[in-house]
Amino acid sequence: MSHELRGSSAVVGVGLAGCGEAHGRAPLDILAEATHNALEDAGLKLSDVDGIFTGSSYHFMPALSTAEYLGIKPRFSDSSMVGGSSFVAHTLNAAMAIKTGQCDVALICYGSNQRTAGGKLATMSEQQIYEAPYKPRYPISSYALAAARHMHQYGTTREQMADVAVAARQWAQLNPAAFARDDLTRQDVLNSRMISDPLSLLDCCLVTDGGGAVIMVSSERAKDFPNKPVYVLGTGTAHWHRQITQMPDLTTTAAVDAGKRAFAMAGLTKDDVDVVELYDAFTINTILFLEDLGFCAKGEGGAFVENGNIAPGGSLPVNTNGGGLSCVHPGMYGIFILIEAIQQLRGGCGERQVDNPEVALVNGNGGVLSSQVTTILGTEAVL
Amino acid sequence: MSTTNDRFSGPGPDQIYSDFLTKGVFSLPQCKDCHEFHFFPRVVCPHCGSFNLEWKELSGKGEVYSTTTVRRKPERGGNYNVCHVTLEEGPRLMSRVEGVDPLDVKIGDPVSAVINNDEDSPFIVFVPAQGA
Repeated sequence: MSHELRGSSAVVGVGLAGCGEAHGRAPLDILAEATHNALEDAGLKLSDVDGIFTGSSYHFMPALSTAEYLGIKPRFSDSSMVGGSSFVAHTLNAAMAIKTGQCDVALICYGSNQRTAGGKLATMSEQQIYEAPYKPRYPISSYALAAARHMHQYGTTREQMADVAVAARQWAQLNPAAFARDDLTRQDVLNSRMISDPLSLLDCCLVTDGGGAVIMVSSERAKDFPNKPVYVLGTGTAHWHRQITQMPDLTTTAAVDAGKRAFAMAGLTKDDVDVVELYDAFTINTILFLEDLGFCAKGEGGAFVENGNIAPGGSLPVNTNGGGLSCVHPGMYGIFILIEAIQQLRGGCGERQVDNPEVALVNGNGGVLSSQVTTILGTEAVL
Repeated sequence: MSTTNDRFSGPGPDQIYSDFLTKGVFSLPQCKDCHEFHFFPRVVCPHCGSFNLEWKELSGKGEVYSTTTVRRKPERGGNYNVCHVTLEEGPRLMSRVEGVDPLDVKIGDPVSAVINNDEDSPFIVFVPAQGA
């Protein structure tokens, strides 16, 4: 018997706003524009929204500040904070809230002006007292330690990590909305300024502004909307640590558990997945998540991403918007992988459109490889 | 029902850890039930859930588990090392290896703990193990 949440709710609207540079805009201005675009996409009004799901690096009580700004009085609110993976996790919470009648129209939303507001990672994160004396650069040094260990243990190379950035750029070149679209070679990545070995500048995601919004309703209602519904088939969450020293094994993330849970709820396997959207804050992420989600064996992620295998024309389409590396990355990136997966399943992504995908996998990352959340989305064909 | 007991009286584990370092002792809690050490120090064993802990002095011996060189311009102090060291007793902590070029720190290097007193509160750094 299938899980009661499998396909119980669906996305009927998505919106983006301010991706790249949104001069003079506050985070909530950008969030509100994205929300406007998602509501317009769904043919709904703000007054229809009765459930709000959001996270922020700017607002201590994000759902309260966001609902206040939008002028809505939600019946159900969720500001669960698991870093950049929050918005992917919200799909599970929204599905549960809709299924149990806590809300009818769920708005998952985010906005950030972190590029034009200073170009640095905005964070309300507390200092980790047992790491602070050593002055790791946050968060890159944590990812660098994971990359170094993966290289040591499995022979992964900087060239292979560079190929992740090159593949993302090639997808971005097919996406007019992507922020970084210049030609990029493996050598360019290798030659870029080293920040925290073995990660160099072009192993790191962009720092952009941007906002996104997703509207979810019950599957029964979803057919009455202008767009082809995209069903939430399964979501799994997992976290094993907060600070990087507590990660049990620097080469294996909790996506192992999150992925299994999501696939179990969806009743699908990795062989059913047509398009993959991974949270590529750094090039090593893509390699780790492809392994941990079962697309290749542990230690073989480097070889898997080599030579265009995840680029346009490769065997597995990964990060088809250009990723956090080349499309958009405003502090927390989770909502953008969700939106790209939904857009791919709807079709109409232009040059970057994957050929008739029916199942998309999204894996959100939060903290320093800490929180992992996998969501599997599908078209009516797999409902 | 009692709301306090001896186990939770006195300073907490962060303070105890720091007080030991101030006295020149590198010490961590060991579980009296599962016998595992843990870092960072807590009031509960994260391995088995026991609250039955005691502080034990460590050998200070460890091995570099992973390492990164944080690049910094020479005029700002130059490059420095950030690493993870796995202690002989099991726990892993963030630290740095001193006394060698940061780029020469390698995974697997045997290292020995030293208490650094250069800043407001003492903390552990490592140096290459003697005879290695």
